[in-house]
Amino acid sequence: MSPSALPDGDPAPASGRLPASALEGLADIDLGIYVHVPFCTVRCGYCDFNTYTVTELGGRGPHGAAVGVDTYADVALREVDLARTVLGDQSPTVSTVFVGGGTPTMLPSADLVRVLDGIRQRFGLASDVEVTTEANPDSVTPDSLRELSEGGFTRVSIGMQSAVPHVLATLERTHDPDNVARAVSAARDAGLQVSLDLIYGTPGESLSDWRRSLDAVVALAPDHVSAYALVVEAGTKMAAQVRRGEVAMPDDDDEADKYELADELLTAAGLGWYEVSNWARSPATRCRHNIAYWSGTNWWGIGPGAHSHVGGVRWWNVKHPSAYAARLADAVSPAHARETLTAEQRHDERMLLGSRLVSGLPLEEVRGPGRTAVAGLIADGLVDGTSALSSGRVVLTRRGRLLADTVVHRLLAP
Amino acid sequence: MGDLAGRATLEPPGLPPSTPTNSCEVRPTVSPMARSALAPNATPPDLIRNFCIIAHIDHGKSTLADRMLQLTGVVDARAMRAQYLDRMDIERERGITIKSQAVRMPWAAADETGALTTYCLNMIDTPGHVDFTYEVSRSLAACEGAVLLVDAAQGIEAQTLANLYLAMENDLTIIPVLNKIDLPAAQPEKYAEELARLIGGDPDDCLRVSGKTGEGVEPLLDQIVKLLPAPTGDADAPARAMIFDSVYDTYRGVVTYVRVVDGNLSPREKIVMMSTRATHELLEIGVISPEPVPGNGLGVGEVGYLITGVKDVRQSRVGDTVTNAGKPAKHDLGGYRDPKPMVFSGLFPIDGSDYPALRDALDKLKLNDAALVYEPETSAALGFGFRVGFLGLLHLEIVRERLEREFGLDLISTQPNVVYDVVLDDGKAVHVTNPSEYPDGKIREVTEPVVRATILAPSEFVGAIMELCQQKRGSLRGMDYLSEDRVEMRYTLPLAEIVFDFFDQLKSRTRGYASLDYELDGDQVSDLVKVEILLQGETVDAFSAIVHKDKAYNYGVMMAGKLKELIPRQQFEVPIQAAIGSRIIARENIRAIRKDVLAKCYGGDISRKRKLLEKQKEGKKRMKMVGRVEVPQEAFVAALSSDGDKGKK
Repeated sequence: MSPSALPDGDPAPASGRLPASALEGLADIDLGIYVHVPFCTVRCGYCDFNTYTVTELGGRGPHGAAVGVDTYADVALREVDLARTVLGDQSPTVSTVFVGGGTPTMLPSADLVRVLDGIRQRFGLASDVEVTTEANPDSVTPDSLRELSEGGFTRVSIGMQSAVPHVLATLERTHDPDNVARAVSAARDAGLQVSLDLIYGTPGESLSDWRRSLDAVVALAPDHVSAYALVVEAGTKMAAQVRRGEVAMPDDDDEADKYELADELLTAAGLGWYEVSNWARSPATRCRHNIAYWSGTNWWGIGPGAHSHVGGVRWWNVKHPSAYAARLADAVSPAHARETLTAEQRHDERMLLGSRLVSGLPLEEVRGPGRTAVAGLIADGLVDGTSALSSGRVVLTRRGRLLADTVVHRLLAP
Repeated sequence: MGDLAGRATLEPPGLPPSTPTNSCEVRPTVSPMARSALAPNATPPDLIRNFCIIAHIDHGKSTLADRMLQLTGVVDARAMRAQYLDRMDIERERGITIKSQAVRMPWAAADETGALTTYCLNMIDTPGHVDFTYEVSRSLAACEGAVLLVDAAQGIEAQTLANLYLAMENDLTIIPVLNKIDLPAAQPEKYAEELARLIGGDPDDCLRVSGKTGEGVEPLLDQIVKLLPAPTGDADAPARAMIFDSVYDTYRGVVTYVRVVDGNLSPREKIVMMSTRATHELLEIGVISPEPVPGNGLGVGEVGYLITGVKDVRQSRVGDTVTNAGKPAKHDLGGYRDPKPMVFSGLFPIDGSDYPALRDALDKLKLNDAALVYEPETSAALGFGFRVGFLGLLHLEIVRERLEREFGLDLISTQPNVVYDVVLDDGKAVHVTNPSEYPDGKIREVTEPVVRATILAPSEFVGAIMELCQQKRGSLRGMDYLSEDRVEMRYTLPLAEIVFDFFDQLKSRTRGYASLDYELDGDQVSDLVKVEILLQGETVDAFSAIVHKDKAYNYGVMMAGKLKELIPRQQFEVPIQAAIGSRIIARENIRAIRKDVLAKCYGGDISRKRKLLEKQKEGKKRMKMVGRVEVPQEAFVAALSSDGDKGKK
């Protein structure tokens, strides 16, 4: 059950320094900061995220550095220091902060706020900064949420996953479904925007189970919804269960049905899609940090296994929390490897990522043969004809969103 | 380690340990090694013994041959060790066996009085596989006797048996030998019985050797001298020499191996190839011992090589007779046959831009393979390639492997098929080497080639084999018990069935114990039809097949089912149909794909996602378009592959 493997890449320098080309125009591009909190009370069977339980970490890690829930905020702040050094004085103020995990709310709210304060001190926060934390419905209270809000957090993304007990059981989610409603209302009382995270396609989940979850979501009237199809990742407990035939592999057709149902019900409830797997009450409640990933702006990922992107350089940190802490203790960049994107790779990424957004891709960015493919994509019902004609943008239809890979391949046609 | 270190300083292998003139040389002791060798072109036929070794692929022929080379002093012990070490890499099989199509070895044997006489032994190599029966027959025709070498732990195999019969038909004297007697699993008594039953004689006459330890090899050499007849021929007649092998060498051009029957061949003279009447100058003539040693000619009964400067083995064909241009023989030695391709397959480069490279590679292989024929072919599904004719499946496999390994080509080969002769109602005849040539009109008659197959297996499998042969349209010709628990079964079978999956099935139904050999045995009229496979209504020529009417339905269902598994779902539904003419006999459906998007992108790991895209992009390049349907190359390979034929020898 090892967390997902890191990609291969080129070695990253110990200083973490970036090439001058990556820092060009830095001041004019939005900067986001992601903070990874690699702790959970238990590991869920489907999860391949880089997270560890207290037992797994066993107090002191193999690299000798003490790392744990109580010390993590200080370790993370060291990387914030590093980020400030590497990005230098040209760095803009931070537009978005997103704390994910793991289970960020395993940390005391005071620690989360302390990390945010650290970012504010070193970089400054934009006046309209968006600050999100993921939260487990069981590990938040009205007080902890208020503390976050007062500390500068603006959003909370609650890991609801499903409203159906047997689905939660298969996912090995231990939270009490009733706690979701309590968390939502406490967050709202604290002045936080609320997003609900859902998973569909869990083995054993029927279409009506899924409808029940969606109905529950609609009833809670969140500002934002993320719904992700379950992917059985190699190396997870669930993958082993599938291999042994204990649970069924999620079926693409079933997931397609569920996606269509979600899009239908959420749209009807006033939540519009803005990215393949994300819906928002209004453009103002879209997750700007999430959009940054898809639009290719800059972000720095703090924490073990976190990924970063600045000016066409992508890098990722060592995975184990103790190795991560040890590097920082030695004033060495925790980056495990990096890659500098070629022009072609940047173009491919642009097509791959931009096509997932409701804003779509400007037609003029689609190259030669890919552009002639657009007519065919419209004819096949994968690209919205009106957007293409009236605003010159390639925007996916509902069917097209489900077949986004096909669309991208056709847009990249040689 | 000392030996290994010594390898670097070894004398060049081209230097024979004892040259003909060096008669007083004293060699370190290996007992009756000849003190001097007999000079080529001056050896009385009485002192010549020509033999080959008939053996199954892993029954130890090379090891025994090496041991003979060592004991006769042709290769010294130190060089032999080096050679043995070389066997670790790919050169190993090629090393001595390829270079030594015919090795001349001196051997001193004692007569009744104990007096030693030096003889000249020519060991002629035989190709060891099923598709090269003709080449084997020519090698055998160059010999007076054969060593029948059988693994004492495994017994005789069908292949060996077939070659043994061939040798017996050629009136060769057979010396039965059990090898690997040093193995714990050896059962020499059991297999001596079996051999005695096959060739007649007493089980005790069966020699027992170990090529590995050398045990029994000296007595074997003595027996070769004693038992095999000396060659006979007319020394004064015009020369007649039979070509039993012909090999293209990058530096020398074609090296031709001959056995002189009558007369004499000398360097610089003009020679004539009797089948083509082509005249060449003999640039070089000599013997191999174990490297080529040019000499002043070859006389009656001798075996050696000649070089004329031709660049293509087609100009120097196995089975042909060589004679003097100045004093040509009236009649050739007989037995020459043009190689005739029996199995055809389309070879297509996976990357279409490799087409010129494939053409060049085939042109090169052709220089060394007189049986290889090909012509350009265009397939709607597979693009440009070649229709290639082979002697059989193994030949196909060898050529394909060489194209891939030596020339670095990635190839798709279509389902191999045999040749059919179709006569239409209007009397028009069509020779079909490709299912796409199968005529559409009303058909009066179709004939297909058949083979005479020999199957050897433990007797417990008789039932299973009979059932299989029945299914494969075989008819039993006869059956014999080789020993209490081993049976030889003889069948007539359509070659098409062998080409399809017979060997696979045979192996699986006999848990790998059965061995198979076959040779062509004419044609028969059969009730055959062409089954076409359609994707979204478009015929995919690569999947079409000519099959027996009773098998058409099975083939259609099997291929449609296979393709359904192999072709990924597309944006639209793809019907797969199997049809005979306009009649649909099987149908499958590939449902349209509805979702391929990865929902999330965890923690900003875009790299992983992009790498997936790049991998898919690479994959797209390996897609062939059939109409609008994208078919991965792998699907062609998997649907067309007849895996079971690999490794058959």
